[in-house]
Amino acid sequence: MSGRLRAYGALLGAQARSQAAYRASFVVDLVGNVGATLFDVVTVLVIFGVTRELGGFTLRETLVMVGLSACAFATADLLVGNVERLPAYVRTGLFDAVLLRPLGALPQLLLMDLPLRKASRAVFGLAVLLVALGRAGIDWTPGRVALALLAPLAGVLFFGSIFVATATVSFYWTESGELANSVTYGGRDFTSYPVTAFGGWFRAVFAYGMGFAFVSYQPALALLGRADPLGLPAWVGWVSPAVALVAAALAATAWRVGVRYYRSTGS
Amino acid sequence: MSVIEVRELRKEFTVRVKVGRLRREKRTVDAVAGVDLRVERGEMLGYIGPNGAGKSTTLKMLTGVLTPTSGEVRVCGLRPVPERTRLALRVGVVFGQRSQLWWDLPLRESFDLLRHVYRVPAAEHAARLRRCRDLLDLDAFVDTPVRQLSLGQRMRGELTAALLHGPEVIFLDEPTIGLDVVSRQAVRGFLGELGRSGDTTLVLTTHDLADIERLCRRLVVIDHGRVVHDGSIAALHDRYGSRRLVVADLDTALPEPPELPGAPLLRVEADGHRLVFALESAGVAEVVAALAGLAALRDVSVVEPDIEDVVARLYAGKEGPLVNASGIAGAPS
Repeated sequence: MSGRLRAYGALLGAQARSQAAYRASFVVDLVGNVGATLFDVVTVLVIFGVTRELGGFTLRETLVMVGLSACAFATADLLVGNVERLPAYVRTGLFDAVLLRPLGALPQLLLMDLPLRKASRAVFGLAVLLVALGRAGIDWTPGRVALALLAPLAGVLFFGSIFVATATVSFYWTESGELANSVTYGGRDFTSYPVTAFGGWFRAVFAYGMGFAFVSYQPALALLGRADPLGLPAWVGWVSPAVALVAAALAATAWRVGVRYYRSTGS
Repeated sequence: MSVIEVRELRKEFTVRVKVGRLRREKRTVDAVAGVDLRVERGEMLGYIGPNGAGKSTTLKMLTGVLTPTSGEVRVCGLRPVPERTRLALRVGVVFGQRSQLWWDLPLRESFDLLRHVYRVPAAEHAARLRRCRDLLDLDAFVDTPVRQLSLGQRMRGELTAALLHGPEVIFLDEPTIGLDVVSRQAVRGFLGELGRSGDTTLVLTTHDLADIERLCRRLVVIDHGRVVHDGSIAALHDRYGSRRLVVADLDTALPEPPELPGAPLLRVEADGHRLVFALESAGVAEVVAALAGLAALRDVSVVEPDIEDVVARLYAGKEGPLVNASGIAGAPS
């Protein structure tokens, strides 16, 4: 097992060395990636410039959701996001080379081009979360401290699962990139706002059908000690780690089935 | 125990075919349609067939890349798909069209990474690398990033990469495709050397039958997903009745076609100045002696049967006697 870990470490090192070959563009990317999350925060600030409440939540409360969402998405994007390159691997048959090595296919795929330039964005997401938590006037209890630590991790796992599950579609349907993006990036935008800001079937599908409410909205309610305006019981705010585990199990199954279905390319 | 055991192996693909303007129909294509194969340790097996015959699909099922639709596969006693990573430690793969190397890194670093990926002890790794460097002349470009290598150099790198973990079985899919003559010979020489040591089992697909003639005693021919021949190259010639030919050029044409015992006359060319005989029971000397008694000979040549023609005939699905035509002026090539 330790040999395997060392092997993954070596792959990561090779990736770092390859990226260092293009140093200037690496720095530009580091800076540019902070901009993306900054933009998310500014969007929320602008909205609150014209309204005092959004879906029944104040700016400070909403920023807790923005922080949870940004931290979870940016970290998942750093660690798992480049699984979105799977369609290219499948289309060109490069996935063959991945399957021929004595290592897990998914870890290899993630490590082989881990986008280290996205690290800046994950750090910035975490900073937004810490500031938001500090300024939201939370009544800290041991349970809430635990949730504040677990919820972002659960969010990372949840977004990671979404990345993997949507990418597996490309095993069946090669041109699936846009579909995957609409779910992952759509999910990130969705989780940046209280779900009460959305309505009808759209909210039902994204928030509870796909589980995005458990990334930021539900844990934020539990942290802030607010009752759910939609009437769900208080314990729902605490189950996001369990939801994330279920999502991970589903994603793992989808991945395994997808790999078995993989058809490679001619010759 | 055989190193490779395959029973009733099948792989179906469903493809959607356009029918009419919008409608699409699902069709099932049998890429591999019931292959049985048993390969013993140390064998060098040539696996050939026309494009789309199912060669690569078979290799991909043997290495765990593709999941068979049905059938049994054991390689080194392992089931390739469920035990893919364990199998990968024991087999080496060179797919001519897919690189195992890191594009942006020097060859040397790729080799070093593979040592970690395959968990090879440093001393073993160094010894194998030294041997490959000598036999494949890698020293000139081992510090060059892979993306800057020529195809021949890269292929030599790929071969090395596939061998550094000391695999028991090596699968090579078109290892000489697109290579220049020198690289081709280097690769062939190297594989021949590897085969002679007797421990490593080698399965080779190729379009270049010279690879097979130089390297493999056993030949498996696959067409439309089925094995159509499994045996030695000599057995293939026997089965398809390919014979050696004697081509005789005469100073003056004979009034009547001669009849020689054990060597039927196949063709008369160039207005009777060239006669082509197939050698059956007669030897070359007998034929030449008999001919010399009949006419003035200008030139005589013996043409070996060409595997290329046998295989071409095989692909076309026409069994039956086959005579060699290549190498003779005027014959369609």
